[in-house]
Amino acid sequence: MLELIIFLTLLGLGYGVGSYREKNHYADLAVREKALSHIAVFDHKLAAEHDFQAGGDLVIGNVVVSSDYFKTVVATIKKFFGGRLRSYETLLERGRREAILRMKQMAHEQGADCIYNVRFETAATSQGASNTLSSVEVLVYGSAVRR
Amino acid sequence: MLISNMEVIPGRTIKQHLGLVQGSTVRAKHVGRDIMAGFKNILGGELVGYTELMSEAREEAKERMLAQAQQLGANGVINVRFATASVAQGAAELFAYGTAVILDDA
Repeated sequence: MLELIIFLTLLGLGYGVGSYREKNHYADLAVREKALSHIAVFDHKLAAEHDFQAGGDLVIGNVVVSSDYFKTVVATIKKFFGGRLRSYETLLERGRREAILRMKQMAHEQGADCIYNVRFETAATSQGASNTLSSVEVLVYGSAVRR
Repeated sequence: MLISNMEVIPGRTIKQHLGLVQGSTVRAKHVGRDIMAGFKNILGGELVGYTELMSEAREEAKERMLAQAQQLGANGVINVRFATASVAQGAAELFAYGTAVILDDA
């Protein structure tokens, strides 16, 4: 009985706080993305002929994100049937957008106009004792150039 | 020392390629951070402690790569790539590699 109460409390807490935070994060992302939209990001290398004068420094953005308890439980149940795991999709999307913003912020501080040769990397940083996905690191890096 | 993940640097020319340099570090998270992360796992969101841990470790790998480049007499490392591998539960290897070069002002 006590176990059930603890489980339901965690579930409620995860759902309440988790979705509130997710909503806030999405709103925050939209605002910051707009503020940094003047920096263009490309995943190809600099062309042989270009009009950039300086820069080339490495810029990095990384974030470790974690799913909330409610989403983890829902995903565990869904894994039984297979198919699309929406809760993990949004988690990774948020992580990637956040990492890109941090990279852009670093480029912005250097006065850069563009970021070239962008690469993504995703790594599960811990398998956790609780057998479910606990946290994922998203890394993004590139080279910032100035006109 | 210039670090870049491109092979062409705007405004500079590459005088000489000195070969591959690399740096790596294996890190484990400590218990305090793990407990805090455990709470965060219920609520969801960013695990700030882990984010810092990973970027500190990546910085260390980068420093080791730079030390190798300095030994070769380079003033830049180009075409840098990162890799992450979990070697054991709760421990991760962070690896950085690139090509050491001597750059000249164009």
